[in-house]
Amino acid sequence: MQGVAIPPFELFYEEHRAAVLRQLLQMLGRERAEDAFQETFLRALQAYRRLEHGEHLRSWVLTIARNVAVDALRRTKPADELVEVAADDHRPAYEELASLTDGLSPKERAAVVLRYGYDLSYEQIAAALDSSEDAARQAASTGVRRIRRRVSK
Amino acid sequence: MTIPADLDRRFRDAAAVLGLVDVAFDVVGSPVGDLFVAVSERGLTEISYDTRVEEQLELLARIAGPRVLRAPRAVDDARRELDEYFAGTRHAFDLSLDLRALPTFTVSVLRELARVPYGETTTYGELAARVGRPRAARAVGTVMNRNRIPIVLPCHRVVGSTGDLVGYAGGLDRKISLLELEGAR
Repeated sequence: MQGVAIPPFELFYEEHRAAVLRQLLQMLGRERAEDAFQETFLRALQAYRRLEHGEHLRSWVLTIARNVAVDALRRTKPADELVEVAADDHRPAYEELASLTDGLSPKERAAVVLRYGYDLSYEQIAAALDSSEDAARQAASTGVRRIRRRVSK
Repeated sequence: MTIPADLDRRFRDAAAVLGLVDVAFDVVGSPVGDLFVAVSERGLTEISYDTRVEEQLELLARIAGPRVLRAPRAVDDARRELDEYFAGTRHAFDLSLDLRALPTFTVSVLRELARVPYGETTTYGELAARVGRPRAARAVGTVMNRNRIPIVLPCHRVVGSTGDLVGYAGGLDRKISLLELEGAR
C-alpha cells in the first residue's frame, strides 16, 4: 500500500506531543503522566522505522499512550478496573466500532479498531500494542470472532 | 497545551542516550552565524548555514532514515569541537564523518579536501589533480558548492588559480571570516 509519506520524527513528535500528554494526564494524573509520556515516545521511536506509511499517526501514537497508561495502571490497580479505561478523544472510526467492540478486552478492542477502523498493518498494530505481530493478529481475530458470535445471537 | 520544557528535554536526552534516533540535530551558535548541525551513529552528517529546520529534516530523513530528532546532547561533541575551532584552539577535527549517499567521485574529493591543512589554501585544479582527474576543476567546484559538512571539511580553503576566492555556498563573507580566523589572509 502506497500511503502518505512518513514525516521526519521531529515533526511527528511536535504535532502529537500535546495530545499524548493530555490523554496521559487524564488517565494517570500529573505525577505518573510524565514518565508515561517519555515511555510513549520512546516506544514510538522504536517502532517508527517499521512504519509503512504516515497515515493515522495520531491514533497510532494515542494507542501506544493508552497501552503505556494501562501498563502503569495495571501495576497499581486490580485487573477488573482496567476495562473502564476508555478512549477519550473523538475518533470517527472508533465511534463506528465502539458499540461492536464493547465487550472485548482492551487489547482485542485496540487490535480490531486499528485493523478494521484504521486499516493499519499487523506490524504497525504490534508496535502500537508493544507485542508481537502474531499476538496482534491473534488479538484481532479473537476480537472479530467474539463480535461475530454476539452479533449472530 | 504546551509541553513542560523539562519533560521535553528528558525525552530528547533519553532518545539520544538509548540510540533510538537515526540522526540527531541541533542549532549551534558560532561567530559566522547559527549552524544547523546533524549527527548520526556513523558521525557528523551535516553542517548547514541554512537553519530553516523543516527543510533540513526532509534532507536528513532521506540520507539517514525517518527518525530525525532534535537532541542537543547528541550534538555535544560536534559543538565542543566547533567551539574550540572558532576559539582558535583547535586546528583539526577528530569527529568521524557520515558521507553516506554521496557519489564515489564526491567522496574521494572530500577525502582529499580533508587533508588541506589549517591556515593554508589550495585550488580547485590542484584538488582535481590529487584525485587523478586534473581536468575536473569545475566538477570539484561543484563538489565544494554542495559540501554537506562545511567548516569541518574545509571547502573554504579552496580558491581559484589566480588566488581569487571564487565563491562559497555560505556566502563569501563567511569564507573570508574562516580564512582570517585561520590566519590564511
